[in-house]
Amino acid sequence: MTPTDAKRPLQLNDQGQLRHFLSLDGLPRELLTEILDTADSFLEVGARAVKKVPLLRGKTVCNVFFENSTRTRTTFELAAQRLSADVITLNVSTSSTSKGETLLDTLRNLEAMAADIFVVRHADSGAAHFIAEHVCPDMAIINGGDGRHSHPTQGMLDMLTIRRHKGSFENLSVAIVGDILHSRVARSNMLALKTLGCPDIRVIGPKTLLPVGIEQYGVNIYTDLAEGLKDVDVVIMLRLQRERMTGGLLPSEGEFYRLYGLTSERLKLAKPDALVMHPGPINRGVEIESAVADGPQSVILNQVTYGIAIRMAVLSMAMSGQTTQRLLNQEAQANKAAEEQN
Amino acid sequence: MKLPNPAELLPKMAAALNEHLANRHISEPRFIGIHTGGVWVAQALLKEMGRDTELGILDVSFYRDDFTQNGLHPQVRPSALPFEIEGQHLVLVDDVLMSGRTIRAALNELFDYGRPASVTLVNLLDLNSRELPIRPDVVGATLELAPNERVKLLGPAPLTLEHLAPAAH
Repeated sequence: MTPTDAKRPLQLNDQGQLRHFLSLDGLPRELLTEILDTADSFLEVGARAVKKVPLLRGKTVCNVFFENSTRTRTTFELAAQRLSADVITLNVSTSSTSKGETLLDTLRNLEAMAADIFVVRHADSGAAHFIAEHVCPDMAIINGGDGRHSHPTQGMLDMLTIRRHKGSFENLSVAIVGDILHSRVARSNMLALKTLGCPDIRVIGPKTLLPVGIEQYGVNIYTDLAEGLKDVDVVIMLRLQRERMTGGLLPSEGEFYRLYGLTSERLKLAKPDALVMHPGPINRGVEIESAVADGPQSVILNQVTYGIAIRMAVLSMAMSGQTTQRLLNQEAQANKAAEEQN
Repeated sequence: MKLPNPAELLPKMAAALNEHLANRHISEPRFIGIHTGGVWVAQALLKEMGRDTELGILDVSFYRDDFTQNGLHPQVRPSALPFEIEGQHLVLVDDVLMSGRTIRAALNELFDYGRPASVTLVNLLDLNSRELPIRPDVVGATLELAPNERVKLLGPAPLTLEHLAPAAH
């Protein structure tokens, strides 16, 4: 079992390459830029008549979804297929766990099927991290979203969207609006923007939907939407996560829309060429007006396309990092054996 | 070993390529350079031939057969082919032909864009160490290197060939 320590973070191999993709926390700027550059190249593959490259031919990618998702699951499936991997998807919430099998047993079984990469989505924060550290350290584990903690591929696809439309991050004001408290997307975006050098990250939402201690991310906090939207380059709207809400945080959806919904009128407060982003699925008339979601400044559907390229980049980079680590381990073992013989 | 000067090889390569294309009755070839050295050679060759045609760029990183051993090249670039491949006569240009695996990868990638009518292979150098049945149609020079000797093309202007330090293992 591989221990984690400050010297070698769990997600990186001995050469500092990605081997798991669990969180954007602690990943250096160079690595995030490498993911974006690689994804840029994969975007070109997605525009071809034959949208497939042979990079992961013969490898098996297993999507293990303990929590429902359509967009993330299908874009991970497409990403793996475009890399020529074999793909299986398990919706564990509807499968053997309902027959009493534990997480550990489920994963051991999948491991025995000789999968090479697990994409894990789980309602508990830290699930992917736990699996990478204690269950299958030698397989590439990709976090497809864990609880309120992190959704690193969504974070990176948002960064790719911003970079492709705005060029860089150095002079941007980016506003993240809505239900910050329940949003792993917000957390991943704040980390990524900070690492990539965005100077003005704003979070906008009602006090009840802002997590305690959010200042530590180095963001500017607004509870007034009009004030927060002023002259921003990018507006990232979040979905109001009704299913995670246990009551008491909001008076009503109508009230939320009245105060924090992105309407055409309010969008005028941002720069005229401001981008409108949303991780989906959108709640029309709850956090965003239809005219804005479908309007000329919206890049919501581009985000979906970019998501496939980001997932292709992360899958291939993690696979490559694991392989390199295996070779390094073999070399170290051979050296040790040779030493013992002397 | 003294390495040749690419500028002196180009006129001969241009003449050989013109002759090859004439023999095959190819009047409108499409030029494709393999990233990065092949692109430089292709640009120099087009200039030498007095042709002003668009150059396609191929990055074969996603098609290499050593991915599981060497991983993904960190500076992979998107391929850019600004013309149809289907039914076209292609001239594929690379700097140094060593094992032939880059060309194998390039051919695989090209066929994902369509079915070319023909592919003519042009290399600045042939190191005579092919591991696959791949033979260039036009070659600047053929060299025999010592087992751990490597050469690298520097460019784009001027193009120069340089010895690389032997690999660590």
